[in-house]
Amino acid sequence: MNLYPFAAEMLQILIILAIAPAFVGWVRMLKCWLQGRTTAGLFQPYRDLMKLFAKDVILAENASWIFRFTPYIVFGTATLAGGIIPMLSVDLPLAASADAIVLVALFAIARFFTSLAGMDIGTAFGGMGSSREMTIASLAEPAMLMAIFTVSLAAGSTSLSQIVQVVFSGQSVLRPSLAFAFLAFVLVSLAETGRIPVDNPTTHLELTMIHEAMLLEYSGRHLALFEWAGMMKLTLFMALGAVLFFPWGIGTGSIIASGLAFVFLLLKLAAAGIVLVLIETGLAKMRLFRLTEFLGSAFLMATLGMLSFFILE
Amino acid sequence: MNIAPIELAGAAVILLLGSAVLAMFLSRFQHLLVAVSFSLASVASLVALVAGAWTVSSNIANQAVMAIGLPDLPFHLRLDPLAGFFLTIVGGLSFFVSIYSLGYVKGIIAQRPVTRLVVFYALFLAGMFMVILADDALFFLVAWEVMAAASYFLVLFEDEHLENRRAAFLYMVVAHVGAIAILLSFGVMAGLVTGFEGFHGYTFDAMRQAEYTPAWATAAFLLSFFGFAAKAGVIPLHVWLPEAHPVAPSNVSALMSGVMLKTAIYGIVRVTFDLIHVFPWWWGALVLMLGLISAVLGVLFALMQNDLKRLLAYSSVENIGIVLIGIGLAMIFTSFQLPLLAALALTAGLYHALNHAMFKGLLFMGAGGVLHAAHERNMEKMGGLIHMLPWTSGLFLVGCVSISGLPPFNGFVSEWLTFQAFLLSPSLPSPLMKLLIPMGAALLALTAALSAACFVKAFGVTFLGQWRGQHAPQIHEVNWPMKLGMIMAAVCCLFLGILPTLVIDWMDSVPEHLVGSKISTTAGAFGWMWLTPVARERASYSGPMVFFVILAVIVIAYLILHVKKGSIKRVPLWDCGFEKVTQRMQYTSTSFAMPLRRIFGFFFSIRERVKLDPQAAHRAFPGKMHYALRIRDRFWGWIYKPLVDASFLMSRLVGKLQQGRIQTYLIYSFVTIIFLLMVTR
Repeated sequence: MNLYPFAAEMLQILIILAIAPAFVGWVRMLKCWLQGRTTAGLFQPYRDLMKLFAKDVILAENASWIFRFTPYIVFGTATLAGGIIPMLSVDLPLAASADAIVLVALFAIARFFTSLAGMDIGTAFGGMGSSREMTIASLAEPAMLMAIFTVSLAAGSTSLSQIVQVVFSGQSVLRPSLAFAFLAFVLVSLAETGRIPVDNPTTHLELTMIHEAMLLEYSGRHLALFEWAGMMKLTLFMALGAVLFFPWGIGTGSIIASGLAFVFLLLKLAAAGIVLVLIETGLAKMRLFRLTEFLGSAFLMATLGMLSFFILE
Repeated sequence: MNIAPIELAGAAVILLLGSAVLAMFLSRFQHLLVAVSFSLASVASLVALVAGAWTVSSNIANQAVMAIGLPDLPFHLRLDPLAGFFLTIVGGLSFFVSIYSLGYVKGIIAQRPVTRLVVFYALFLAGMFMVILADDALFFLVAWEVMAAASYFLVLFEDEHLENRRAAFLYMVVAHVGAIAILLSFGVMAGLVTGFEGFHGYTFDAMRQAEYTPAWATAAFLLSFFGFAAKAGVIPLHVWLPEAHPVAPSNVSALMSGVMLKTAIYGIVRVTFDLIHVFPWWWGALVLMLGLISAVLGVLFALMQNDLKRLLAYSSVENIGIVLIGIGLAMIFTSFQLPLLAALALTAGLYHALNHAMFKGLLFMGAGGVLHAAHERNMEKMGGLIHMLPWTSGLFLVGCVSISGLPPFNGFVSEWLTFQAFLLSPSLPSPLMKLLIPMGAALLALTAALSAACFVKAFGVTFLGQWRGQHAPQIHEVNWPMKLGMIMAAVCCLFLGILPTLVIDWMDSVPEHLVGSKISTTAGAFGWMWLTPVARERASYSGPMVFFVILAVIVIAYLILHVKKGSIKRVPLWDCGFEKVTQRMQYTSTSFAMPLRRIFGFFFSIRERVKLDPQAAHRAFPGKMHYALRIRDRFWGWIYKPLVDASFLMSRLVGKLQQGRIQTYLIYSFVTIIFLLMVTR
């Protein structure tokens, strides 16, 4: 039995766990530079996590087991998602256990439990965050799946490894369906990862926060797990975009190819961070009820991609 | 041992009928009555479950003829894999619910006599089993009516409320309009068999062998689809469902939503795939379209509900829609001669039917537990029950996760299979369908996402936070039989989600019989761990891997974080430095659904009123605020209201004939006789 795929799998999970905070640090650094502030450095997120892990947990009196269980399940699904997306190699054992639809569903599990945790304490903010998060998710998920369906129709498979191989081999052909799907994917990723213009990860202003409102009551290691999982989610979405639409340099089995894939991944993430910061700096946060149009247009893009797949290709 | 499955199934029916008769003699000893009849019902359900599962796995068809019925028209029974599959569903959930009822009905004895509930419960189960076993139109309709009438009396169990009587009446009307359509459909088919000359076309065997002209076949299909859709609660024929299901006792609601709707699905599959078996693609398109509409609108209506049981009832409309999506796709693929894809889509639809029975049964049983403990159905007044009902809340959560289509539970598997069926539609020859069918996948995705929102609301508002009512009542956890019934259903949800390959392997004889292809050769090609419906390159899902990897990460993270004993401090709620936070500040069911209500508001007829009571001091400081919100189904106003008005008008006009004087009536008879003499001579 070839042990290499398992080694690649473990390595990939560890790498995602390790570089996710650095990616967030990179995004924050870029943002500071663009806004003319001094930065806290690439490694500030690591220090934040260390601090949170070291602190005691403070729980509200009426917190139930759901409140304490949720950080772990959110972290667990994020880690599994990190093992599914073929970033270093297409030959991953976990990649066969879940395809693109399962990946979307994994993020849905995390969201489901986070929303429940938001309602567990019984404060107005938690419920507000849960309600808004589920609203946005129910608009974003169809658009996300449509974008993924377009890619998987083009590739003839929903398996991520297979999509990567097909898109990679046919890269010279410019496919309009993939271009539309990519645009839709970008818009949806902003919503799914809670970035401007949908949500602002740095705000704690009562009426504008969405994701943060659900985590408001968390502290200590629970909060650290949430933060870490959130960082991984952001990194994974960027990596997923890079893997699905720009799959250059993903290895197919050898160690050197995987090493090269790692370098490519870092470069692609760096570029994705720049794009993300440009979008975030250029736009303002939208009102909640304007998001229908935003996500509607994402859905429209994905639909156009699917139509152009059938008409043009 | 020489027992055929059909004999077992027959024994189950006889046992139930016997227990109904026995119940009448035991009505003076209510506790004994409940213990005996529900034990008998659970044994009978278990027997039916074994018979069904055995038939499906051994891939055989038994037949039997009973010399009862009309003279020269005996009843025919048949148990083939399709019937066996549905018998398994009905038997399985009935078993869990019967165990649950042992505890649940005991709680009702104190309030009212339960003989009626017990008798009709047994008849209801017997009716459902007979519908599935029937192999001729006559027996089918008799069984169908037994099921409908028994469930009517069960809906009417708490008949002192006007609301319940109205719901039961509405249910009866819709059930009978549907039954007439089914009767006519069988009439058309049976008539065509013998050229409208003899009666012997009434067996399903005769119908199966007949050739129908397209026009007659279409008439038969449309009539039967209308009839079964009315029973299944397909939008726009759903209005009775959210009225009737919530008012029945919860164990009955679980059966009505979980399995009675499935008998209608069974009817649709039986008539299209088995009896008519050659059909044009647009039948499938019709089923698919109505399925999509039911799925999306069903879940949107469910989101707007504040009554826990009504929410669950509307969500049944949604899930029936998802089942119909699978069946509609299977019909389209069959008509284009793509048996493998048809088998995939049919498996997806039937798998969802099985899953829905399990999680909806579980959720209704959980709602029954809440109702039993808190005497409250309105979610706006509940909250924080997780502390008082740890078992019920945990099991209800399993149901919520399953129904929201989240891995590793069962709802996800069937939705995933349906998505795969959608994504295979490009192999259809017609370019228009290639284009339009994947759009359906988007609607299914919307449904799945909205149902997650709906069940976050249902669980979050009911069980989390703090009690929203005036003063919290004394609430105790439910008793053991109730817990046991729910635990078994929850275990089934997990099992069906983690090991779909085993289940698909087992149920593959159903698509093999109906569409002539099976998917287990490819679906389980890579061992029991991986579900690969078409090919490994196409798509794969491994329930066990997803489950165990997430579990492993959780355990590892937990252990690492608890190496050093970190302290947890329990403190009062952080109130942002203002005055005390009260439970009235929590988000409620209405406020949770508000953003979605605003976005999808055009589907409903919404009337929102805010009235401010002016205070003496100043207009800017109102004393009290009245808020009223009314959300209605538009279909009621569009379709049903005109029909109701028209029928009232008609009956008023006819009523003018009734003078109440014998002389007038004699004149009517006289005029009629003269008229008939003139006409017929």
